[in-house]
Amino acid sequence: MTAIDLGLPVRGGLDLVPSEEDVQKAKDYASDQEVRWCPGCGDYAVLAAVRSFLPTLSIKRENTVFVSGIGCSSRFPYYLDTYGMHSIHGRAPAIATGLAVSRPDLSVFVVTGDGDALSIGGNHLIHALRRNVNMTILLFNNRIYGLTKGQYSPTSEVGKVTKSTPMGSLDHPFNPVSLALGAEATFVGRAMDSDRAGLTAVLEAAAKHRGASLVEIYQDCPIFNDGSFDVLRKPDESESRVITVTHGQPITFGTDGRWAVVRRGFGLAVAPIAEVDPADVVVHDATDHELAFALSRLSDQALDHAVFGVLRQVQRPTYDDLTREQVDQAVTKADVAGGPDLHGLLHGQDTWTIAGR
Amino acid sequence: MDKPVDAALPPRPAGARTVEQRNRVVIRFAGDSGDGMQLTGDRFTSAAAAFGNDLATMPDFPAEIRAPHGTLAGVSSFQLHFADYDILTPGDRPDVLVAMNPAALRANLRDLPPGGALIVDTDEFTKRNLAKVGYADDPLAEGSLSAYTVHKVPMTSLTTAALESLGIGKKDAERSKNMFALGLLSWMYSRPTEGTERWLREKFAKRPEIAEANLVAFRTGHAYGETTESFAVTYEIAPAALPVGTYRQITGNTALAYGIVAAGQQSGLPVFLGSYPITPASDILHELSRLKRFGVTTFQAEDEIAGIGAALGAAYGGAIGVTTTSGPGLALKSEAIGLAVMTELPLLIVDVQRGGPSTGLPTKTEQSDLLQAMFGRNGEAPVPVVAPRSPADAFDAALDAVRIALAYRTPVLLLSDGAIANGSEPWRVPEDEELPDLGVQFATEPNGPDGSFLPYARDPETLARPWAVPGTKGLAHRIGGLEKADGTGNISYDSANHEFMVRVRQARIDGIAVPDLEVDDPAGDAEVLLLGWGSTYGPIGAAARRLRAAGHTVAQAHLRHLNPLPANTEAVLRSYRQVIVPEMNLGQLAFLLQGRYCIPLVSVTKVAGLPFGAEELFDRLTPLITAPQLQDTDQKEEVPA
Repeated sequence: MTAIDLGLPVRGGLDLVPSEEDVQKAKDYASDQEVRWCPGCGDYAVLAAVRSFLPTLSIKRENTVFVSGIGCSSRFPYYLDTYGMHSIHGRAPAIATGLAVSRPDLSVFVVTGDGDALSIGGNHLIHALRRNVNMTILLFNNRIYGLTKGQYSPTSEVGKVTKSTPMGSLDHPFNPVSLALGAEATFVGRAMDSDRAGLTAVLEAAAKHRGASLVEIYQDCPIFNDGSFDVLRKPDESESRVITVTHGQPITFGTDGRWAVVRRGFGLAVAPIAEVDPADVVVHDATDHELAFALSRLSDQALDHAVFGVLRQVQRPTYDDLTREQVDQAVTKADVAGGPDLHGLLHGQDTWTIAGR
Repeated sequence: MDKPVDAALPPRPAGARTVEQRNRVVIRFAGDSGDGMQLTGDRFTSAAAAFGNDLATMPDFPAEIRAPHGTLAGVSSFQLHFADYDILTPGDRPDVLVAMNPAALRANLRDLPPGGALIVDTDEFTKRNLAKVGYADDPLAEGSLSAYTVHKVPMTSLTTAALESLGIGKKDAERSKNMFALGLLSWMYSRPTEGTERWLREKFAKRPEIAEANLVAFRTGHAYGETTESFAVTYEIAPAALPVGTYRQITGNTALAYGIVAAGQQSGLPVFLGSYPITPASDILHELSRLKRFGVTTFQAEDEIAGIGAALGAAYGGAIGVTTTSGPGLALKSEAIGLAVMTELPLLIVDVQRGGPSTGLPTKTEQSDLLQAMFGRNGEAPVPVVAPRSPADAFDAALDAVRIALAYRTPVLLLSDGAIANGSEPWRVPEDEELPDLGVQFATEPNGPDGSFLPYARDPETLARPWAVPGTKGLAHRIGGLEKADGTGNISYDSANHEFMVRVRQARIDGIAVPDLEVDDPAGDAEVLLLGWGSTYGPIGAAARRLRAAGHTVAQAHLRHLNPLPANTEAVLRSYRQVIVPEMNLGQLAFLLQGRYCIPLVSVTKVAGLPFGAEELFDRLTPLITAPQLQDTDQKEEVPA
C-alpha cells in the first residue's frame, strides 16, 4: 500500500529527511542490545516488521528517531540502531513534538502502548493528533498492563478480571481508532502484529504520510492477556470478523468475499453479500471522515468485526511545517533588514546615557 | 551607598508657588482594575527613566481580570519609587496616593503615612460607590482624612468636559481620566511631557480619535495643576548618578526573555520554548513569541508537562530547550526534570514564583519554591539553581543559567518571582562585547573503541557527556530514564554502576564553576551578615543602609547560585558572629544552609504575598542584632575571617 494520491501538490512525510544511497538491510537497524520481551510476546513480530520495513524507506538511519514512553513496548528504541529516547510515562508525543518541530530533517516515530498512550498520556496523544505534528505513532494495544504485571488497561473489556479488578473491571474501554478520529487525526490505520504484510503496508503508508499518523497494532501479551485477539487470528473465527479496507475498493471480506459492509442508518453494518445489491456495498474512501468513523465503530470490545488497513488519510498542513514557516518568515524579514538586531532589541526605543565625569 | 535615609516630605499647600528639590518620591496610583492604573504607572515610570532617575516599581493587581466594578477585590495599584540616587526597593509607603475611587482609597489609605498627599477623583465618591466598600459616610466630607493633604479633584468630569468637543462617546471619554491623573502628576513632579505625548500617539496610532482624547486628557490634567491654587508646590527630583553607560527601563520578565534570546544568539543555537500559560510567567511566553526573528520557536503546549517535554525533545535535537512556569507548573514538571537529569541534556526551567501552596496567590510574590527547586524530584536528582536579584538582573541570570546548562549538559532551574517579573528598574544595557560566548561543540566523531560511540563518556573537566544530536552519522545511540551504564549508556541494573552514576551526577553539579560570594561591608569590620537570595536583595540592601545610619555595622551578601553554592560560602558564614537570613518563605535558605554547614543562622521570614519593606525589615532586624559577647570574641580568633 502506498500513500493515496489526492491530486494535490503535497509533501510526503519523509520529503525533508536526507535519503540514503547505500542499500540498507534489516540487520543494519538491529542494535547490539539483547531483546528482553517475554517469549511469545507480540512485540517481537512488530520489531521484526519495523526492522525490515525501515530500510525500504531509503532514508538515512541516523535521521531516524524512535521516542517511547513507559511500558513493555516502550523498550522498543533500545533494539533499533537509530537515535532513540525511552522517556517517561505517556509523554513521548510531547517530546516527539519538540523534536519534530525543531528538526524537519528527522523521521520521528513514537512507540507507545494502550496504557501509555490512552491513560496517562491521553492528553498528549490527542493534542499531537489534532496539531498534526509530523510523526508516526505506533500504538501497541494488548488491552492489559504488562510491565506492572497484569492490571486492566483503558482498552480492556468491561468485566475483565485482573489483579486490580477481581470482580471484573467497570471501565468502558476506549476505541483507539474512534478516539484518534475524534481528535482530528489525519492518518489512522490498524494492523495485527502477526500480519507481517498488512502491518508493513500500514506502517509504510503512515511513515510516508506528512502529519501525525496513528497506527493501532493489535498485539498479544502471552503472560497476562494471552489469546485476547485469537478470534481475529484463527481462520474459522476470523473469517467473519476481519475486514481489511483498501482505498477505492468495495469493502467485502471472508472467503470469496462472502461478507460486505453496507450503510445502515447513519452507520455501517455487515451483511452476507448474497443478500446485498452490489451497488450498496460501501467503497472505501480514506478521505471520508464519517466513513472512517463508522468503520471504527464496527470494532466493539467483543471484536465481532475488526477493520484493518488505512481507515483515514487526508492532507492537512502540519503544525511543525507551519511553525517553522512562521520562524523562517520572521528570520528572512530580519535578514533582509540586515540580520536580527540583538543590539537594537536590548536597547529598545527609550534609552538614556550616563556619561563619565 | 551612604545616602542619608531621607523621608521625602509630601507636598504642602503654601501661599506662594514654589519648586522644591527632593531626593526621592514614592507615588502609588490606585483605582479599579479597569481604570488603567498599570498603564498610567508604567508610563510615569518610563518618563522617570528617560529623565535619568533611578527607580523601582511594584505593580499589585488582583488575579481576577475584571472584578466587580468599584469593589475592594477589584482594586489595582502601581507603586513607583524614583530618586536622584541608587535606590533598592519600590518604596515602603507612598508619599502620594492617587485614589481613583472609594475602593482604591479604602484599600490603600492604611499605607499612606500621616502628612502624605492624597489625590482623589471626587466624581467617583458617589453614595453607591461608597456603600460598595462599606463607607457609611463620605470620608472626604467627614474630616477623617485630616491627617493628610487632600486634593479633591473631579477628574472624571473635568476629563469628559475637556473631551466634549471631540465628539467621542462618554465611555471612551471617561476612560481617559487616567491620563488626566498622569498629566497632573507629571506637572507636580516636573516631568518632561514630550515622551508621554509621543507614546500616546504611537500607542493609539490606529485609532487617532482615542490618541487625541488621551492627549487632551493628559494636557488637561497638566494644566489643572498649573492653574489651580490647590497645588502650591511642585517638586524636582534630579537625575541619579548611576554608573556610566546606556540605560533603559526594563521589567524582570522582559529582561529574562531577552537573556534567553541573547543566549541563543551567543551560542548560535536555535531557542525552543515549550510553555503553558500561567501567572506570573506568561509574559515571557508572550515576549519570546514576538521574537521569532532571532530563531526563537515558541510552542504553547497542552499542559505544563508537554511544555517541558517538547523543550526536552528540542534539546535532544540540538536546540536550547526552555520551559517557563510558576510553582504549580513546576510541580507538574518534576518527572520530566528527572528525565533531563538522567539523560543529561541541557534545559532551562524558569519558575516565576508566586504565593503558594496549590494555586495560592497567583499575582502575589513569594520565594517558597526554593526547596521544591532543590529537591522536588524522585531519586537523587541534583539540579543547578540560579536566582536573579532584581528585574534587570534577570537578563544576566538567564544567560548564566543557559551557560551552565550548555557547558554541563544539565537542566538548570532559574527562580524568579512575581516582584521581579512585574517590577521594573533601570538596566545598564550591556555592550555587545560584554555578552559571553556560549558556543558549544556537538559530538561529531566516535569516542569509543573500534569506532563506537559512548554517549556517557565524560569530559574530565566538567564531567559533561557528549551532546550528539540525531542526524550525526555513526553516533546513533539510545538514552532514557532507566539507569545508564557508565560510558555506553545502555540499560544497567548493576548495583555498583548505579552507585557510581548517582555519585557522578552529583559530582557534576557540585563541580559547576560559580563565582565566589561577594560581601558588601563598607565599614570593613562588620560582625553581622545579612544574607539573602532572589528579590529580597533590594529590601535587604535598603534595610542595611538604615541599620548603618542607625550606628550598626552590618555586611550584606546575596546568593545568585543556590546550587551549587559558591565555594567560599561556608568560610563567609563562619567569619561573622551572626548571620541573619531574611526570606519571603518560612526559612528555606536558612534550612538549606544550616543543613549543609551546621552553622546556626537567624531566620527572618515574611509570607504576605508582598516584598519586605525597607523600614519593616529595619524594624525587624534591629532587635535581632546581638551585641558581641566574650566567648564569641574568643571563637572569632579561631576561625578564618
